[in-house]
Amino acid sequence: MTGESCGLFEYGHRACGGCAAAMAARTILDAAGKDTIIVSATGCMEVFSTPYPDTAWKVPWIHSLFENNSAVASGIVASLKKQGRKEKVIALGGDGATFDIGILCLSGAFERGHDFVYICYDNEAYMNTGIQRSGATPYDASTTTSPAGKCSMGNRRPKKDLPMILAAHGAPYVATASVAYLPDLKKKVEKALATEGPCYLQVHAPCCTGWGFEGEKTMAIGKLAIETGLWVNYEMEDGKVTRVKKVVRKPVEVYLKEQRRFRHLFKPKPNETEIAKIQAVADRNAERFGIDIKLKK
Amino acid sequence: MALGLGCSAKPGRAKENRTGSWRTFRPEFLHEKCTKCGLCSLVCPEGCIGEDAEGQPVPDYDYCKGCGLCAEECPSQAIEMKKEEK
Repeated sequence: MTGESCGLFEYGHRACGGCAAAMAARTILDAAGKDTIIVSATGCMEVFSTPYPDTAWKVPWIHSLFENNSAVASGIVASLKKQGRKEKVIALGGDGATFDIGILCLSGAFERGHDFVYICYDNEAYMNTGIQRSGATPYDASTTTSPAGKCSMGNRRPKKDLPMILAAHGAPYVATASVAYLPDLKKKVEKALATEGPCYLQVHAPCCTGWGFEGEKTMAIGKLAIETGLWVNYEMEDGKVTRVKKVVRKPVEVYLKEQRRFRHLFKPKPNETEIAKIQAVADRNAERFGIDIKLKK
Repeated sequence: MALGLGCSAKPGRAKENRTGSWRTFRPEFLHEKCTKCGLCSLVCPEGCIGEDAEGQPVPDYDYCKGCGLCAEECPSQAIEMKKEEK
């Protein structure tokens, strides 16, 4: 059977089975609708959706480079404004393009205040080029450029807090979401598009290939990240946190032991010192955002 | 129209690439258990699960990569993954 797909993100793309970024792309287009222009930085999503001459996109789509995604989007926004047109502009980038290589242009576009939405699908490393660490890679994750071994426990630095950096630019709406909660992601895309000015959305996108789990577990892993407090879904309006997803927290081990990138923390026996450091990250998140649901005893 | 600058592609042309050949496990939909909630269609990274006139999910096996997310997430356990026989 070869039917017509009704979505704006066509099937036949070359993402891995169970890819979270593909789920995010479908949901984002579902929320944005056909009057949208997508600017896409280099990265997994760009590569798997548009190997020339194929494209999965059914809306106008332009590939920039890693570094100038927001600059290209700024130009399109300025041109549309001059022409009096009403199309929405979404810039899409992975965490490498957003946290590291493109932050200069991203900061510039937010400071100038262009009316667009920047969406980062955060799979916590450079997956497309072979799992190198990025500024979004969490503490102790093993990647090809932060390999765990006798002298290393993996990535030595914590994850950069990019939403706060962009909120500090005076962005009217900054939010985090996860592919584990697609209707919530859709609502946040709609809200960001309806808000005037530069808005930022960071979507947690578990990567089965890079993190080392089976493709069918993508949503389950995303849920565990939230339930352990290692990822927090929140909304910030004009610099203030206005909504947070609350949870009954689980210990971080349940999230870590499901993934190959943290396997070294459990072999030959659980490394309690390192796990305690990761638990401290979750505890800090919980305290900062107030995510804990207090159960009545 | 001739294009002067850069490269362009026909919208949605990726569809010519039938990714169903990647599949090792095939989702089998048990219609008697299905509650027609639509979650499988929502979570499918390919977006290749449609529905028939009765609202029952219908996968497009030309594109299904067999990742198993639909079976894992189905709240009614109405999808079974079976080894593909070719």
